[in-house]
Amino acid sequence: MKRPLYLIVPLLLMLAVCFATDLQRWFSSVNENSKRSQDPLSLLLGDARKMFANHFFIKADAYFHSGFYPTIYDNREAFKTPHTAEDSGAMKGQNTGDEEHFPGKKRDWIDGFGRQFFPSVHTHLGQDAPGGKTNGVELADGSGDVREILPWLKTAASFDPERIETYSVTAYWLRSELKKIDEAEGFLRDGLRANPGHPQLLFELGRIYFEDRHGTNHARNVWELALRNVGDLTDWSGERRFLIGQLLGQLAKLEEGAGDYPRAMTYLASLKQVSPSPESVQKWMNDLQAKISPPN
Amino acid sequence: MNNIFAIASVVIREMIRRKDFYVLFILTALITLVMGSVNFFNDGKIVRYLKEICLLLIWISSLVVAIGTMARQLPSERENRTIFPLLAKPVSRTELLLGKFLGCWLACGIALIGFYLFFGCVAMSREKTWPLINYFQAAWLHWMMLGVVVALAMLGSIVFSAASANATICFVLVVGILLLGRHLNKVSLQMSEPARTITQSIYFAIPHLEFFDVRDLIIHNWPPIRWLVCLKASAYGMLYATVFLASSCFLFRRKALNT
Repeated sequence: MKRPLYLIVPLLLMLAVCFATDLQRWFSSVNENSKRSQDPLSLLLGDARKMFANHFFIKADAYFHSGFYPTIYDNREAFKTPHTAEDSGAMKGQNTGDEEHFPGKKRDWIDGFGRQFFPSVHTHLGQDAPGGKTNGVELADGSGDVREILPWLKTAASFDPERIETYSVTAYWLRSELKKIDEAEGFLRDGLRANPGHPQLLFELGRIYFEDRHGTNHARNVWELALRNVGDLTDWSGERRFLIGQLLGQLAKLEEGAGDYPRAMTYLASLKQVSPSPESVQKWMNDLQAKISPPN
Repeated sequence: MNNIFAIASVVIREMIRRKDFYVLFILTALITLVMGSVNFFNDGKIVRYLKEICLLLIWISSLVVAIGTMARQLPSERENRTIFPLLAKPVSRTELLLGKFLGCWLACGIALIGFYLFFGCVAMSREKTWPLINYFQAAWLHWMMLGVVVALAMLGSIVFSAASANATICFVLVVGILLLGRHLNKVSLQMSEPARTITQSIYFAIPHLEFFDVRDLIIHNWPPIRWLVCLKASAYGMLYATVFLASSCFLFRRKALNT
């Protein structure tokens, strides 16, 4: 008996759907992080996106110096930590050496002549950079040119959403120089969505609430959450010591401002153990002690 | 001299008729405008990234126009056999080469005027300033650099048989010099002999095209370069262009055209 051809088409379709549902289950189980795999950048570049993100992060620092920046062939001792990150307090500075004269002495006439065709003076955007505040060609509404680093930082964040410093640095410059508080908070929240509960991001968010929105309670809650998320306060590996110190210092400052001196003393006692200069913390504690029990 | 100008005008007319420049210009404009429409933290005054992207596209486009136009000049004349009636006229081989060079170089200059006008408009739309001297210096040095590149491509079109091979080698050389040229002496210090001497010889022999790349100065609003420095760089570029042209003329005079 000859079967009509049109019956085969729905049969094949049904088979395809069955295979698709089965393969989807397998595909999800193979990909540990299915959410990440849906990101087109991750699909295209894989882990190479972190390399690109680092490039754009450094590019932002090169813009901060108006193009006066060492290449891989120059002495980078003074640029190990990007200045944008060091100034914002997002990273502990590890820079040594002379940042003004990294190109070194002129080696020959080609080297000497060539230096006139690229930036060869150390400046910072928003301070002494060409076209900035002091050069008379002010382009902005009094907020300097630090805005110029933002596109590269945002691009770096889109390439590597797990890189925490990108969010901290961007938020710092947005709120401190450009007074864009809402944008800074929004960007930090983007970071928190990609890295839930990360203490560094919570610390920055707390700074916005404390310093810009003057919301003491809100800032306290966020910083205390950050401190809890840090975990073991005696583990000072990597950048943890720097972050723990910053959190304890800010909490002590907040409690001192709120008049809760005993609580501030507790934070300072912990800070003294972490701080690289315990003498200055002790002096702070003495001042606070004098406020709690004034000498007769 | 009239012969040279006549040949040059033919080359310019050819570039105007061809679609290469228009396609590259439209692509540059489109990419720049799309990048300009991206919103970064609701700040409409951010401009330097846009200037960087636009200038990068202009540099790529200009190199494509320069090398692409020059590399196919002589091979196409030979393939179409139009070189024989051309040389049958009272036109010497040297005049033919000089005409081709001048035509390509002027065509690149015309293209650069269009590109830099567009760049100026884009920058002005955000910065509200028009640093004319800076832009003129950047365009002028760019044009001088293209003179060296066109002369190099001409030499390549005599040495290499295929236009595609010539164009590829020219691109690799030019991009290599732009990226690594000024660092070769630093790299050589890490080497042992004889690699060090060879690298240093290359460093002193190559045309340092990075002298003509003042993009960073333009992007970051640095003051203009001193005119004397600009003049010296132009003379340096012309010297190399002359060396390549003279080599081309020397080789072309001894080259059999029917092979």
